[in-house]
Amino acid sequence: MTRYILRRLIAMPFLVLGIVTLAFLLTSVTKGDPLTAIVSDRQLNNPEVVAAAKAKWGLDRSLPERYAIYVGNLLTGDMGTSFITRRPVAQDVLYRLPATMELVIAAMAVGATIGISLGVLAAYFRNTVIDHVARLFALFGSSIPVFWLGLALLYVFSVQWGVLPGPGRLDARATPPPMVTGFMTIDTLLAGDFRLFLDAVWHLILPAFVLGWAVAGTISRLVRANMLEVLSREFILTARAKGAGEFRVVIRHALRNTMVPTLTVIGYSFAYLLTGAVLTETIFSWPGMGSYAVDAARGLDFPAIIGVTIVGGVVFLVTNLLTDIAYVVANPRVRLG
Amino acid sequence: MSVLSAPRFVRPRWLSLPLMVGIALVLFWLVATVAAPWMTVHDPLDMVGRRLQAPSWDHLLGTDALGRDVLSRTLHGARHSIPIAVTVVAVAVAIGAFLGALAGFIGGIVDTVIMRLVDVTLSFPPMLLAMAVAASLGPGLENATIAMVIVWWPVYARLMRAQVLEVREREHVEAAVASGATQTRVLTKHVLPLCWTPVLISATMDLGQVILLAASLSFIGLGATPPTPEWGSMISDGASQFYSWWVALGPGLAILTIVLGFNFIGDGLHDYFDPRSK
Amino acid sequence: MNAHPPLFEVRDLRVAFGRNGVFAEAVRGISLHVDHGEVLGIVGESGSGKSVGMLAALGLQPEGARVSGSVRFKGRELVGLPRRALRELRGSRIAMIFQDPLSSLNPVMTVGDQIAEAVRLHNPDLSRRAALDRAKDLLALVAIPQPDRRLQQYPHEFSGGMRQRVMIAMAVANDPDLLIADEPTTALDVTVQAQIMEVLAELQARLKLGLVLITHDLGVLAGHADRVAVVYAGQVVEQAGVDDLFARPGHPYTRGLIASIPDMTAQSERLFSIDGTPPALGRLPAGCPFNPRCVAAQDICRREAPPLHRKGDHAAACHFAFSATESAA
Repeated sequence: MTRYILRRLIAMPFLVLGIVTLAFLLTSVTKGDPLTAIVSDRQLNNPEVVAAAKAKWGLDRSLPERYAIYVGNLLTGDMGTSFITRRPVAQDVLYRLPATMELVIAAMAVGATIGISLGVLAAYFRNTVIDHVARLFALFGSSIPVFWLGLALLYVFSVQWGVLPGPGRLDARATPPPMVTGFMTIDTLLAGDFRLFLDAVWHLILPAFVLGWAVAGTISRLVRANMLEVLSREFILTARAKGAGEFRVVIRHALRNTMVPTLTVIGYSFAYLLTGAVLTETIFSWPGMGSYAVDAARGLDFPAIIGVTIVGGVVFLVTNLLTDIAYVVANPRVRLG
Repeated sequence: MSVLSAPRFVRPRWLSLPLMVGIALVLFWLVATVAAPWMTVHDPLDMVGRRLQAPSWDHLLGTDALGRDVLSRTLHGARHSIPIAVTVVAVAVAIGAFLGALAGFIGGIVDTVIMRLVDVTLSFPPMLLAMAVAASLGPGLENATIAMVIVWWPVYARLMRAQVLEVREREHVEAAVASGATQTRVLTKHVLPLCWTPVLISATMDLGQVILLAASLSFIGLGATPPTPEWGSMISDGASQFYSWWVALGPGLAILTIVLGFNFIGDGLHDYFDPRSK
Repeated sequence: MNAHPPLFEVRDLRVAFGRNGVFAEAVRGISLHVDHGEVLGIVGESGSGKSVGMLAALGLQPEGARVSGSVRFKGRELVGLPRRALRELRGSRIAMIFQDPLSSLNPVMTVGDQIAEAVRLHNPDLSRRAALDRAKDLLALVAIPQPDRRLQQYPHEFSGGMRQRVMIAMAVANDPDLLIADEPTTALDVTVQAQIMEVLAELQARLKLGLVLITHDLGVLAGHADRVAVVYAGQVVEQAGVDDLFARPGHPYTRGLIASIPDMTAQSERLFSIDGTPPALGRLPAGCPFNPRCVAAQDICRREAPPLHRKGDHAAACHFAFSATESAA
């Protein structure tokens, strides 16, 4: 099994190269004038800037050469300069990645908690009202467009009822803590400001739920199916014959046996979360990669678009690898076999 | 069914409640796709009333920032969203199935090249890749459609390849090869006909997800352009008129109900084919 | 039987399964008893209701099953007992082991944790450490070498016989009074079967266990049981001391079972087996449930269900039990 992980690790650089290549090709072959992708319209008339850009990106050269230059720059961590923010794309992305990760992790936590609980309940009480409600919850979760759900919940909980805060990571009047990790919940604690920490958590609830619902639905269906299978196995009878109570039977014996596939689906749900984050961040004015990507796409900010796409692909690749490793670690039979 | 006998509907065994609800929802929107002009009172593009009017008897779902009737626009939206989703899936299936079949049947270097391309494409979060491609092609529904095909075809390539690999091991194919049939003939006559069913079922189930993706692209301004009554861009209008909640209500419910319809059908079919999960 | 109530007494136990409101009885009034330190064998084909009945007696019937009758443990009625009270008895006073030790053990828990769990469920004050120590002693008790190392292993790292030893260790963790062993050797290799029976027999004698040995193989019971109950189609059709049963079987079904015991010494090429299959749930023939398969069936067998004829401690539900036709088979 270690050999399998090793093989995956060796394949990683090639996949990353593939991601870079595909992102580069898809976004540059189609464009008429690649210069507009690097230099903003206003600066197109500035011969110095144009010449510098041409030299740097080799625009006077053929596509393969340009590709080689892009990859060469990328190896030094240079993804070009965004012409919306006028900062290096790599810097922008690094600055915004933690906000997205915080949202995605929170959504994953929400999704996993709700999903596993509902899945267990639906399996234990199968074909009862609880089961049917859980199924509806799951189906709605994968059917509601997140951007609309975000709007609707903001309107209801924030505007109408005022029980949850509006968009943003913190109250607009609050002074954000100095950025250390980029995770607002952690940075507020590092700054020693507990009230600000609560505010950050408060602001996470709605977007995390909006993003986590669909994942909760998927997880609940999978957990339900696996629980039904496990609950019919003989060792469940053994546990009952030992005198274990129903709660213990369900959680310690049955649920633990479904953890491997559950972990896997949670890991793979990352793709969905990254996709959903793009839209959720837009609705909740969340300064992460998703809203950055949307701004870049709307503003035809190509260095930023390519950069975000590559980073998104790499993040996705790494989480899938981690999921596979977790699968191996969590499964005693695979681990020792 | 006799016209004279009592019109009592007896539900066949395969038609479970989820399946029935799903079919009803999808049928409703298919009807709207065809008949939207006859189902609505107002023109979707005309400014027919005051701006940002709350729902009333004249305008059941209110009016938007330009005074257009939200209900009319919502129903007409089906004429954009559904054909686009069908196009995307159809083209993606055509490309994906062709390349997948090729990869599975020829194998070797062809297989490697195609499948690595599939792997790399599927390594992107779909929304991000679709956004990048749509943005570089420029806004517009056609370009969004192309972008979605680029994101979606690898799914069917994988599925088709797996199918071909499985089917070609069957005895009747080996018999055909042994009897001297040409490669092409074996592929088209003996292998492909047996591979379609799962691909087509999965394609149908994906329609809902494609509708969601298309609406998402339009929502961030990379799909439909004004004044097209497309659901995603209508919700985007609603987002900028945040306090007039009804502007986004119609298109939101439209997306929700049609995607829910496809998901209900998928769930019903799943129960039917895998009764253990009941 | 003396003034003491028997250790375990089942009276007219019935278990019915329902589908769409129609119930069919899988167990149709079983009565039997086990005394302290006694080994009762229950024999019957699979699907005869012997396992379902014993599980139901402990409140472990499948969901939706209807249980009636009386089950007394040390004089205390178990049917209708609150779930909590039943739980306290299970695994402490009454323990069970099952047919397939691989599927009966939790694949993602170490063997030590599983045994320690059995200990701690009934001794909640015991520390984890102490429970694991006890688990180690138990593994030694069932003759598993290197118990220290074995404790930390998962079930799939054990051989079939070793797994069943683990199950036995787990069952006797709290010094039970009654052990119900449901086909404990069926899933094991022939060579291992004898070893497991030896372990069971030794523990039974040492711990003065009341033991219920459920099996489809009457041969297993020959050297191990004190008394035998033969179950067919959800009823006890014959009950007797083991020697008496083998010497003078009163029911043609028992005679068939005895005849189908593989004889290790004889070089017979064909094994005797009873023709036909046991009746399906809810599809009982009229008269004696065994009549379609019985070689000695008469008209009366197809008309009337036979009562239980008694002769001392020997009982058999056959119209011709203990009569001259006995020699017919």
